[in-house]
Amino acid sequence: MPKEITKLIHKYLRHDKKFPHVWCPGCGNGVILGSLIRAIDRLGLTKDEIVLASGIGCSGRMPVYVDFNTLHTTHGRALTFATGIKLAKPSLTVITVMGDGDATAIGGNHFIHAARRNVNLTAIIINNQIYGMTGGQFSPTTPYGSHAATAPYGHIEHAFSIAELAVTAGAAFVGRGTVYHVQILDKLIKAAVLKRGFSVVEIISNCHIQFGRRNEMGNPVTMMEWMRDNSVTVEKAEKMPSEDLEDKFTIGILADEEKPIYTEEYDKIRERAGD
Amino acid sequence: MATVMPKKKRSLLQGNEAIALGALAAGCRFFAGYPITPASEISEVLSAQMPQVGGTFIQMEDEIASMGAIIGASIAGVKSMTATSGPGFSLMQENIGYACITETPCVVVNVMRGGGSTGLPTCPGQGDVMQARWGTHGDNPIIVLAVSTVTDCFDITVRAFNLSEKYRIPVVLLSDEVVSHTRETVIFPSPQDIEIVDRITPSVPPEWYVPYENNSTGIPDMAAFGAGYRYHITGLVHDERGFPTQHPEEIKIFTNRLFRKLAQGLHEIQIVKTFMMNDADVAVIAYGSVTRSAQRAVVDARSKGTKAGLLQLITLFPFPERLVDKVLKQCKRVLVPEMNMGQIYREVQRVNQGKTDVKKYNRIDGQFITPDEILGELLLEE
Ligand SMILES: Cc1ncc(C[n+]2csc(CCOP(=O)(O)OP(=O)(O)O)c2C)c(N)n1
Ligand code: SF4
Ligand SMILES: [Mg+2]
Repeated sequence: MPKEITKLIHKYLRHDKKFPHVWCPGCGNGVILGSLIRAIDRLGLTKDEIVLASGIGCSGRMPVYVDFNTLHTTHGRALTFATGIKLAKPSLTVITVMGDGDATAIGGNHFIHAARRNVNLTAIIINNQIYGMTGGQFSPTTPYGSHAATAPYGHIEHAFSIAELAVTAGAAFVGRGTVYHVQILDKLIKAAVLKRGFSVVEIISNCHIQFGRRNEMGNPVTMMEWMRDNSVTVEKAEKMPSEDLEDKFTIGILADEEKPIYTEEYDKIRERAGD
Repeated sequence: MATVMPKKKRSLLQGNEAIALGALAAGCRFFAGYPITPASEISEVLSAQMPQVGGTFIQMEDEIASMGAIIGASIAGVKSMTATSGPGFSLMQENIGYACITETPCVVVNVMRGGGSTGLPTCPGQGDVMQARWGTHGDNPIIVLAVSTVTDCFDITVRAFNLSEKYRIPVVLLSDEVVSHTRETVIFPSPQDIEIVDRITPSVPPEWYVPYENNSTGIPDMAAFGAGYRYHITGLVHDERGFPTQHPEEIKIFTNRLFRKLAQGLHEIQIVKTFMMNDADVAVIAYGSVTRSAQRAVVDARSKGTKAGLLQLITLFPFPERLVDKVLKQCKRVLVPEMNMGQIYREVQRVNQGKTDVKKYNRIDGQFITPDEILGELLLEE
């Protein structure tokens, strides 16, 4: 890694605190943390104005390592806490980090309602297609036919597509990236944080320990190669025949709309109520 | 946050309305809730009044979300509340525990209905007393208060916020269908007579701030997110800096402090009221709406020559053991009427240890306990 980038990341870490971290070597979570830090740095936001809130899971451990206002909430509920923080103090930039299970199984209801409600929050969802922390049980994004600790004979349920779910539920901004396409990821996170309204970035990540190993996908490198070979940018996909897109997923910006944001609408309510 | 008092000096109000006005008077400026009978009026009043005072009302997608949102708002420095009934209270339990462990002030109103599960939505009950104390997992203390009149609804809601702010702990305010839907005249105190307590925020420079400091009071100063004190909040057991720990020594310090901070404040946390207790040799111990019938029964018993008195428990937990003990020592008979099978009765027996004769009287048919029923029990052995 180039020296400047490493230095930049170190500017935001809590060095004196709880390192070494809990993640397995090669976990995609570290790549995502780096991307998030670069996005925040490029936006010129101060550490004091950032709130990083997470749910529970390997992904949920991210906030503890960075020097922001950090909140590790309960499983699936990060968006509810974030909603309270944002409405109480709209000047804060509130970013949530969630896992696929966290955001779309136990927290699925909060996720679709946050998208519908359009509070100005950013949801970063690390989709490693598995429950990493608890030992590799299947999640709502585990593909049909794959293996998990609780699907030893092959998985018979069908996966959610998180980004498409977010679009349908009404999120103002939706992007999808991978831990392989880091430059795209940096841009997506930056655009999502900048977006006024509820923004979602789904990030396809590698849990080689709990998902890769069970599904013969190899190590972090081969899993990243899989991401490279199975993704198509939104721009390219538009020009491709749909047969060629089968079994591929799109990356880039899937939705970007202007919608009235909740806090501004609520200001109008205060005027109507005669504050 | 400055107090906002109702515009009129006196009003005819429903209990739920008085709870909403009490919250505003206490400085509550964030409310999140999900509709449920018999608590919905609290949401309705605050949806109208919160924006008038610059506060925020939000209806969330469920009670889990409501509880999460009020914790978030409190962490951002704003006094916050939610209100629900049994089914919603069950859903809130995990996040109530989070508020205990992270020491986040907030007030949770549970307007109790009858029965378990969906139960009896429009009938009163007192079945959630032990759930209020022990509903969340783990072994954490919590404060539980109970209201019996519409005036209580206003006053005790203010006290609930004050205790929550001072001790950095969620406070559960138990009302019930009778209190919440009864209309009574409330005469509001003048603003200068209302005590409003705000959490202590740090005054040290950020680099000196220890967010979960094991100090002498056991209550660390609480910085709001965005106030320049960047720190970590987690439901994992944490050290003084707020970071997860597995060290037995640090775990012990943390857990003990949660209990210690309340133990040191019992004199102001444990609130009771007495009625005709001075010379009483027979007593009723009651809480919530049942207190209303008990009070009447005591007057009637006196007119029949029985020296009856009443101890009303406003604070149910931490259970006011010493104050109850005094009554047990004074009286030859004590009656504990409840709209459950005897949840506080068991607490009274635990304190009693055979000292005196303690009887229970229970109704679980969704009906209110009448004064005559209590009177009958009081006179039974005369
Ligand atoms: C209410 C509740 N249920 C279950 C758990 C156990 N649990 C912890 S993490 C987790 C799943 C995490 O999976 P995911 O959200 O995909 O995050 P990852 O670890 O993969 O990053 C579960 C089920 C919990 N902490 N709380
Ligand atoms: S279990 Fe998977 S998700 Fe969790 S740290 Fe290890 S590789 Fe990452
Ligand atoms: Mg996962």
